[in-house]
Amino acid sequence: MLSVTHLRKTYGSGGQAVEAIRDLTLTVGKGEFVCIVGPSGAGKTTLLKCLCGLLAPSDGTVTLDGEPVTGPPKAMASVFQDYSRSLMPWFSVERNVGLPLRNKHRSAADRAKRIEGALAAVGLESFGSRYPWELSGGMQQRVAIARGLAYEPEILLLDEPFASVDAQTRADLEDLILRVREATGVTMLLVTHDIDEAVYLADRVVVMSARPSVVVETVAVDLPRPRDQVATKSLARFAELRAHVLRLIRNTADQPAPAAPAAVTGAAHED
Amino acid sequence: MKRISLRLALPALLLLLWWTTSARSTSPFYPPLSEVLVSFRETWLFARFGSDVVPSLVRLLAGLLIASVVGVALGVALGRSAPLARAMNPAVQFCRSVPGTALIPVSVVLLGIGDGAKIGVIAFVCAFPVLLNTVDAVRGIDPQLEDVARSYRLTRAQRLSSVLLPAAAPQIFAGVRTALGMAFIMMVVTELYAATDGVGFVTVSARNSFDVPGMWAGTVLLGLLGVSLTALFLALQRRVLRWHIGMTERN
Ligand SMILES: Nc1ncnc2c1ncn2[C@@H]1O[C@H](COP(=O)(O)OP(=O)(O)OP(=O)(O)O)[C@@H](O)[C@H]1O
Ligand SMILES: [Mg+2]
Repeated sequence: MLSVTHLRKTYGSGGQAVEAIRDLTLTVGKGEFVCIVGPSGAGKTTLLKCLCGLLAPSDGTVTLDGEPVTGPPKAMASVFQDYSRSLMPWFSVERNVGLPLRNKHRSAADRAKRIEGALAAVGLESFGSRYPWELSGGMQQRVAIARGLAYEPEILLLDEPFASVDAQTRADLEDLILRVREATGVTMLLVTHDIDEAVYLADRVVVMSARPSVVVETVAVDLPRPRDQVATKSLARFAELRAHVLRLIRNTADQPAPAAPAAVTGAAHED
Repeated sequence: MKRISLRLALPALLLLLWWTTSARSTSPFYPPLSEVLVSFRETWLFARFGSDVVPSLVRLLAGLLIASVVGVALGVALGRSAPLARAMNPAVQFCRSVPGTALIPVSVVLLGIGDGAKIGVIAFVCAFPVLLNTVDAVRGIDPQLEDVARSYRLTRAQRLSSVLLPAAAPQIFAGVRTALGMAFIMMVVTELYAATDGVGFVTVSARNSFDVPGMWAGTVLLGLLGVSLTALFLALQRRVLRWHIGMTERN
């Protein structure tokens, strides 16, 4: 279980200090799918960086299975928001996907199998020997996703992973993520701007306020699984949840956050 | 084919000009090109190749190699650590400002006239362009790539070999190319004083014994060596930086 208590993050100090996150408390249970939505600049990327041990919180704690997170945990993989800057342009697609595997799997055959599997999963099986800069933006983002999948983490953090792909690919990748999660039970924490996507994928949607951010509400998504792009999205309950999240975001986007601490509502998740 | 003939046109023209203007020359300091070529063949093909060209090139390459390794290693350290860079900066600026030729008397007194002293001077002078370019490149590395490397728990060695050095490679190569030019100059200069072999030594000896065609022949050889070394270096660079060339052509 990943848990964040009273997280605060301020960039810089003195006059130029930027308070990105004011007070966030959040838990993600094992195998759970949590989506985070919030206005641009709310501190979503900042939150993920604190969760994966890349940034030290200014206050509050992050723990994974009870252990405080002080650096990137072994069990975690991240797909970064800015895909074009997260791949190594000097390595082929295969080597990009395989680089993090070197410390996990000694045998080259093991690595090759996982690289191939992950590339096939994102529909790039024939692009292994290309360089990232030979691919379109959406394909590069799929390579970054493949790298996360090949790592076989227990928790996968995804920062707006489908932002630069066309609608059809986006739907395919959403379903791919759901299938991977079904098959492996990996815990997913996904940041998105797209409310439909959040409701479609998640067990819970965490709505963040504008900067300095707090959790506005945690919405439990009680839609049946397995989900289906057409059937799930035509349910009346889907429309209700979607409208509810949209309302929350609209109401908070242009209001400053209330003074800490913020109330955390919605379904408490037990593991 | 057309491009090659275009590139060879001007050198051919200059050679022709040299040939015609020198053919009937009576000045002892501007001998006919034919005499220069005869001297060139007699001296360098290949009588003194092993005894003088090879030692020159070995010293040049050894100096350049040491300069590259030290420059990159020190450059990575200074690029990573701002306090270290601040502490080292005055010393680096001072050493870089000393003209390379001024080091030769010091090195002769300290290290003698052997290969070691010459290689040392070449390495010292050439380390700075590599060092400064490496520092600059390492400071400019995209922090997001470092986040990726850290979040996937790459080891220090992997971060160095898979992220830091490849990212810095284009600028490192630019530094080494500058260093190559300087190494070439220093190779010749170190052979002008207190030397017993080398292309520069043979050339200056020819002048001292009034063998003017021999002096010209040595100068021509130096020009040819310079061109060949640069061409070899560029070929190596094209291989190693293929990704960078491809990427920049695309954008
Ligand atoms: N390294 C930094 N130094 C100073 N301020 C920063 C830094 N990184 C982010 N910020 C600020 O913190 C705030 C939150 O940034 P963050 O990138 O986390 O937002 P986000 O919710 O991910 O936005 P988006 O949806 O546009 O990706 C922003 O106001 C941003 O300007
Ligand atoms: Mg972001």
